[in-house]
Amino acid sequence: MADNTVKTPMLDELEKGKWPSFVKEIKMAAKKSPMAQDLLGQLEQSYNEKIGHWKHGGIVGVMGYGGGVIGRYSDLPDKFPNVSHFHTIRINHPSGWFYTSKALRTLCDIWERHGSGLTNMHGSTGDIIFLGTSTPHLEPIFSELTKEGFDLGGSGSDVRTPSCCVGPARCEWACYDTLALTYDLTMSFQDELHRPAFPYKYKFKMSGCPNDCVASIARSDMSIIGTWRDSIQVNKDAVLEYASKGMNIQKDIVENCPAKCMEWDGKELHIENSYCRRCMHCINIMPKALRPGKDRGATVLIGAKAPIIEGALLSSVLFPFIKIEPPYKQIKDVVAKIWDVWSEEGKNRERIGEFIQRVGLGNFLEAIEVEPVAEMVAHPRENPYVFYEEYFEEDEGEEEEK
Amino acid sequence: MAKTAEEIADVIFNMVKEATGLKKLKATDLTKAVIELHPDVDKQLCKDAIKILMNSGRCVYTYFGGSYIELPHRESAAND
Repeated sequence: MADNTVKTPMLDELEKGKWPSFVKEIKMAAKKSPMAQDLLGQLEQSYNEKIGHWKHGGIVGVMGYGGGVIGRYSDLPDKFPNVSHFHTIRINHPSGWFYTSKALRTLCDIWERHGSGLTNMHGSTGDIIFLGTSTPHLEPIFSELTKEGFDLGGSGSDVRTPSCCVGPARCEWACYDTLALTYDLTMSFQDELHRPAFPYKYKFKMSGCPNDCVASIARSDMSIIGTWRDSIQVNKDAVLEYASKGMNIQKDIVENCPAKCMEWDGKELHIENSYCRRCMHCINIMPKALRPGKDRGATVLIGAKAPIIEGALLSSVLFPFIKIEPPYKQIKDVVAKIWDVWSEEGKNRERIGEFIQRVGLGNFLEAIEVEPVAEMVAHPRENPYVFYEEYFEEDEGEEEEK
Repeated sequence: MAKTAEEIADVIFNMVKEATGLKKLKATDLTKAVIELHPDVDKQLCKDAIKILMNSGRCVYTYFGGSYIELPHRESAAND
């Protein structure tokens, strides 16, 4: 074990400043965790040498599951034996990240018994992340977690743990119950979550409104973003109250509207709802005066990803508006068709967005049996997908007649 | 006669065994290969067969960029 008093001048730099420091947290854990002590030693060496000292373990996991454990080994096991194995465990978080303090204590107790005690609440996937354990502890951890009602999350070429914003639990803008949909998809797709069978990962993220607090439009293969299809609800008196208290409605709201769908005559706010892009700007600025419409549901988008094999993609609209109500048949049916086509035709490590770019949206829609509509946009008022097939057929017919 | 999940599990196990050291196979590769060999078998049966192999420990999932199905072995990166 590395000497607890070993100096870590490089790491110490990361403790400076007024922001949280992972070094400070690891040092606190190192007071009672030998793994955390060796982690500091190995990190300091990596910072000095500018070389990472982790090896990827591709085989560790728990019996029957293909996801949830990310294997890590040190390439300096003799010098830092306590981090010789340092596997990460992903645990399926509750929808919206709501916990009782008892649940948090339970998780921490399990982790202190079997691992480094270091956690990441939460990882960018949304999961609870346990950082650093050894292979013999994996099954006992899994067993204790499941006994307490927790399960592993996704990793590898599977459905990643679905995640969502806090939704109607804490947010008045939620246009559908993100928590319920997330839970339902998680339970419905247990096989796909634990047994990797896709060309690559597939992520669902649910946002209750177009503010998209979980950034689903940039981070998920299928983004389900709450919206409304009727008119923004306006409380005229509240609008006047905002104006009387000094808000410059013309400058701050009307002129910042990306669709230019608003007019303010000093007494009344007029909204041309057919031009509204559902950007939420006006609603965010005047929450007491404006609210999303009453006919609520979600826009389903597809294909976002961060750059790994190819560049980053934002998702494009697949369904402009659908009602999000149990048992969520429309979403599940289309997901099954998407997975079928993608599994059959997708290349190894090809995300669904890349697959759609390769085969073309027209062919993709035909394969999943969805009719193209003008609202399948990549950006508001921008539709890069033009379907002229029928016109070509007509033209060809006319030419033949001539 | 219709194949059972156990019989398909044996077929998949043999495919994985034969590919060991030559090619890493994904669940979709195996499913396609089984259906080509036995056109009356559907994807669900292949899925059930893979589950049998995993739950019994005859095969394991591995991750090297993507997820694969392999025979259990000691990986070279592993420390004792």
